Amino acid sequence: MSNEKDWPLWEIFIQSKRGLDHKHVGSLHAADARMAIENARDVYTRRNEGNSIWAVLAENVHSSKPEDQGAFFDPADDKVYRHPTFYPMPEGVKYI
Amino acid sequence: MMDEKQAEEIFQAKVDAEQKIEPKDWMPAEYRKNLIRQISQHGHSEIVGMLPEGNWITRAPSLRRKTVLLAKVQDEAGHGLYLYSAAETLGIGRDELNDQLLTGKAKYSSIFNYPTISWADMGAVGWLVDGAAIMNQVMLCRTSYGPYARAMVRICKEESFHQRQGYEIMTVLSKGTAEQKAMAQDALDRWWWPSLMMFGPSDANSPHSAQSMKWKIKRQGNDELRQIFIDRTVQQSEYLGLKIPDPKLKWNEDTQHYDWGEIDWTEFFDVIKGNGPCNKERLTARQKAHADGAWVREAALAYAEKQAKKKAA
Repeated sequence: MSNEKDWPLWEIFIQSKRGLDHKHVGSLHAADARMAIENARDVYTRRNEGNSIWAVLAENVHSSKPEDQGAFFDPADDKVYRHPTFYPMPEGVKYI
Repeated sequence: MMDEKQAEEIFQAKVDAEQKIEPKDWMPAEYRKNLIRQISQHGHSEIVGMLPEGNWITRAPSLRRKTVLLAKVQDEAGHGLYLYSAAETLGIGRDELNDQLLTGKAKYSSIFNYPTISWADMGAVGWLVDGAAIMNQVMLCRTSYGPYARAMVRICKEESFHQRQGYEIMTVLSKGTAEQKAMAQDALDRWWWPSLMMFGPSDANSPHSAQSMKWKIKRQGNDELRQIFIDRTVQQSEYLGLKIPDPKLKWNEDTQHYDWGEIDWTEFFDVIKGNGPCNKERLTARQKAHADGAWVREAALAYAEKQAKKKAA
């Protein structure tokens, strides 16, 4: 095993077109943010897939816990009234 | 707290229901181990796979061929990165992955231990080697581990030009002078059997196959994929007017597949063991590249630390 210090890991997000969300595409190692963004350009946008790049240090990404997934998300489970299809509309009424 | 058996049942039910497994999900230790082995091997293959083609960048016969080959080799580097990035989500570090390759602990596809001795080999590698790899990669787009499947989708999108540019080289050579045609035939003769070996041992003798199918890491068996590859490639070779070096190759009306000869498995296992024509050369080249790049990695890190300090001050 080498004693060399690894470059930190960055998570890369790409916006493919103006107006769209930045989407996670993968990760890479880079010494600093500038290098992360330049390397992300070289590996993730070789075919014009990108319009804008975000690089986030992987250690700064926090995530919900999959083992709590059920309990964590269940407040939304029984609230069908949050969807428009819950409300029957009288026939013939338009534009609603 | 769930016990191990319960957790495994939930895991298998997810897999059976075609739900992807994501990095933070519970997974059997063997599933994780298997995936790290397979994904890293796959990543190493992309990286080592740059060497036989890099060999021809400076000697490509035209500027067009040269730019195409450069783009292709650059893609392989990117594919290596996508795969390493997927492997890292399973908890293994990049330094460890790298070490495993450089010390010979991890394997890479044996096909890259064969030499590329003529320009026609660039054609045969793209057409056959990338062709065979694509068969496997298309299947892996549906693999059960999310990050691996996503990496594969990305790779497949990029990879199809690789096979086409190879076939284009073969087309030009096989429609060219007698000497060019002979070159193309010679390349096909040398690359045909090693390409078939890329699908791995027969399922009956493949140590990881059954478990990988159950976990849906693999979706199709080695023999099935190999047969589809043969069926598709024969027609492509006929168009080129080249002969596949297998006297037993024959269309079978009953099975609607080609019958074909026997792979030399002794050669296969011998190359895996390290006795192929280029095993040593490939590993030495990777070790040298890594050692030669050490100062760059150190300098970049030192610069980043200095800048960070300046900013903090």
